[in-house]
Amino acid sequence: MEKIIDIQHLSKTFGNNVVLKDIDFSVNKGEVVCIIGSSGSGKSTLLRCINLLEKPSGGKIIYKSENILDDKHDVREYRTKLGMVFQQFNLFNNHDVLGNCTVGQINVLKRSKEEAKKIAMKYLQVVGMDQYINAKPRQLSGGQKQRVAIARALCMEPEVMLFDEPTSALDPEMVGEVLKVMRDLAESGLTMLIVTHEMGFARDVADRVVFMDKGVIAEEGPPEQIFNNPKQERTREFLSRTLQQNPAYIPSDSSEAQKIVKAI
Amino acid sequence: MEFQFILKTIAKYWPMFLRGAGITLYISIIGTVIGSVIGLIIGIIRTIPMPEKGLKRIILKIINGLLSAYVEVFRGTPMIVQAMVIYYGSKQALDIDMTPLFAGIFIVSINTGAYMAEIVRGGIISIDRGQFEASYAIGMSHLQTMTKVVLPQVIRNILPATGNEFVINIKDTSVLNVISVTELFFQTKSITGNNFKYFETFFITCVIYFVLTYSVTRILRFIEKKLDGPENYTLLDDELEEEKPKPAVLQNQNIIGKH
Ligand SMILES: Nc1ncnc2c1ncn2[C@@H]1O[C@H](COP(=O)(O)OP(=O)(O)OP(=O)(O)O)[C@@H](O)[C@H]1O
Ligand SMILES: [Mg+2]
Repeated sequence: MEKIIDIQHLSKTFGNNVVLKDIDFSVNKGEVVCIIGSSGSGKSTLLRCINLLEKPSGGKIIYKSENILDDKHDVREYRTKLGMVFQQFNLFNNHDVLGNCTVGQINVLKRSKEEAKKIAMKYLQVVGMDQYINAKPRQLSGGQKQRVAIARALCMEPEVMLFDEPTSALDPEMVGEVLKVMRDLAESGLTMLIVTHEMGFARDVADRVVFMDKGVIAEEGPPEQIFNNPKQERTREFLSRTLQQNPAYIPSDSSEAQKIVKAI
Repeated sequence: MEFQFILKTIAKYWPMFLRGAGITLYISIIGTVIGSVIGLIIGIIRTIPMPEKGLKRIILKIINGLLSAYVEVFRGTPMIVQAMVIYYGSKQALDIDMTPLFAGIFIVSINTGAYMAEIVRGGIISIDRGQFEASYAIGMSHLQTMTKVVLPQVIRNILPATGNEFVINIKDTSVLNVISVTELFFQTKSITGNNFKYFETFFITCVIYFVLTYSVTRILRFIEKKLDGPENYTLLDDELEEEKPKPAVLQNQNIIGKH
């Protein structure tokens, strides 16, 4: 399989706080990888290092066989290949829904206004927000905002989508609509790297689940392994803690997931 | 008695009042606009993220130091004194002969700039980091992020403060009479030099100042409303959102056979 992102010995420190330690990790083309782990384990930092919102302190990030940490590498060009979806949506408040989806296309990809609009409409339709092109972010619900944020990222036609807890800031009744969009995207074959607390979602959608703990990847494998037969004690502990505290993370229709809760 | 005299004064001296009001408005408008531009530029420079090391860091530190000095000096001294120092100073020390009008615009502009710099800086800081990051994440440069995302919001947010500066400028240009700028206060003084009716004449001037500041406030309020756009959005189609068939795009995108 073709590796699209290959991370080697990645480390990140803030002052004397070591947040990522010697991370080796890769994502294959077309793969859906979910990252789980407790708060403060470095999940967001890993994602933010990948698109260089944080500058890694050491190691390599190989994107399609090029080390993007080389000084000569064009950071902005690279970033257009990665779509990022944030927990807090981070829509541009001065633009309406359409503007949010076209400003990057026009200014970065140098597409014409008409072309940008056409592409924006296409992806707004994918997330079911094509009727709302005139709305300002402040007029939308959280779930709608996040779907627009996903469309904004898709409009750049990235090769990989990064999601950092896309549903954590949402009211429970809006989580479903966003997860549904993400499910559709995963089925379409898009390469996705998703930090999530939605265990049911990770189990259903991921090709591979990565469990992070205290700045290292403690365990990774297919969802069946991580959720049914974790090899590491700390994975087991984390899962039992999360699933017991928040059974709401598991959609009630997922009987498989219910079994895990009972098993634990 | 007095009312009659007020009417008489208006009838006799209206061209002077009008010219004075015109000059006052002219200096305040240009001063506020130039001052806002100065403030915007300084605000942007002062919010450039500090590089970790190297020559760029030193240069930026020096520039920031100079800009702080400018802001502090002009905010910390009265405009009436600045007017004297700059107008006569440039004449005597630098041998530059400014017209009073030019000197007036210059002084109001840099004064406004000093105040606006702080207002703009606050405005930029108040935009949440997330919007900067989202903008960088789709590949926009720092300059694009500023011009397409941040500054439009900053300008909207500081509009009330700018309006306030404008109103202050309309009133404070009166101090420019010390360097003989023929603004409204100066004209009023000239009129009273002829008719010696201080109360009546200055009463008229008072009303003129109020009309100017009040109109400016109303106009700016109106512009703010316009900029905010409509209160509600309109859905593109009038039918409500329903469960739609899966969009064709997604099906076509099924490039990589999976599952
Ligand atoms: N800019 C920063 N400066 C200093 N420390 C930071 C910074 N960003 C993150 N950290 C620290 O790095 C550690 C990992 O943070 P990170 O946000 O990556 O965790 P996370 O796994 O995403 O947690 P959560 O599930 O709560 O989002 C935390 O201890 C945090 O305090
Ligand atoms: Mg996080």
